[in-house]
Amino acid sequence: MTDLPGHMAVALGADDIETLFGAMARTIIAHAEELTALDQAIGDGDHGVNMKRGFEAVTANLPAIAAKPLPEALKAAGMELVMKVGGASGPLYGTLLMTLGKTLPAAPGRGDVAAALAAAIDAVKARGKSETGQKTMLDVLAPVQAAVARGEDLATIRAIAAEAAAATVPMRATRGRASFLGERSVGHMDPGARSSQLLVEAVCDAIGDFA
Amino acid sequence: MSLAKTSAGTPARVGIVIVSHSPDVARGTADMVRQMVGTEVPLAWCGGNPDGGLGTSVEKIIAAIDAAWSEAGVAILVDLGGAETNSEMAIELLPEERQERTVLVNAPLVEGAIMAATEAWGGGSLDDVRRTAEELAPR
Repeated sequence: MTDLPGHMAVALGADDIETLFGAMARTIIAHAEELTALDQAIGDGDHGVNMKRGFEAVTANLPAIAAKPLPEALKAAGMELVMKVGGASGPLYGTLLMTLGKTLPAAPGRGDVAAALAAAIDAVKARGKSETGQKTMLDVLAPVQAAVARGEDLATIRAIAAEAAAATVPMRATRGRASFLGERSVGHMDPGARSSQLLVEAVCDAIGDFA
Repeated sequence: MSLAKTSAGTPARVGIVIVSHSPDVARGTADMVRQMVGTEVPLAWCGGNPDGGLGTSVEKIIAAIDAAWSEAGVAILVDLGGAETNSEMAIELLPEERQERTVLVNAPLVEGAIMAATEAWGGGSLDDVRRTAEELAPR
């Protein structure tokens, strides 16, 4: 495993962007049934199906998305998710990607990635009216952002994402459909935390391939 | 109470948009509004994800806002969480001059839609419509 695209800022080419979004789409599509099963336990049971529909739309438009500079590609992929997911995860992940696109320069260094992730997480908090600790995707994204800001390597970032997703199992949900279940939400991994972990892993793998 | 005027000079009534995860619930609620309030209030409904299954679609919500558009503004009534998040996203994607005249109402879907439409029919402003319907929200 290599570091993030360096402390040196390097522009991602169309091939890199295709690798990045292709990896994200493949992992979500491959894990759609698992995500739906997690969501059937504590949600409305459609997270995998919804995310799969969104990332299939990203895949269908991948050449057009990858032809854009990274910030525009992120905005375009985010808009696909907003329009095609059909559940709350569409606007949430769409907002995440669109804010990254608004914040990242075309040739980001690690500091840019950490800052853009922080801005994107704030936007997701506003969109979902949520904070960390409520058993949501934020409980994975926040520690990942902190790890990026600290300068951890890709293997460590992956491990932190996995630990953070696992750490949602004993949590009690206070936001989203799972919050209706109260104590019964305890003992299940949050599906949004799991999909965030999968996306972080895919991004780490893709970045590993660039170097 | 303020009445915005349409270009024709008749008072514009606030439009009502009904958003449910279920197309049947959205259509049924709209049917009740039509039967109880009549046809003079601009009204549109949408339900279902982009594949037509249960869920909500930002694209359909934007189309419903366009269909119910009124110079007096549009009030959106929703059922559950995803409908709210998707409606907020839809509002942000509207042309800027429409964003400030489109509000999400925090009220039970069926009762809220009927109260909102009744207030709109009576010539209430967007703010009146929202406040009247939100009196039904659980505290």
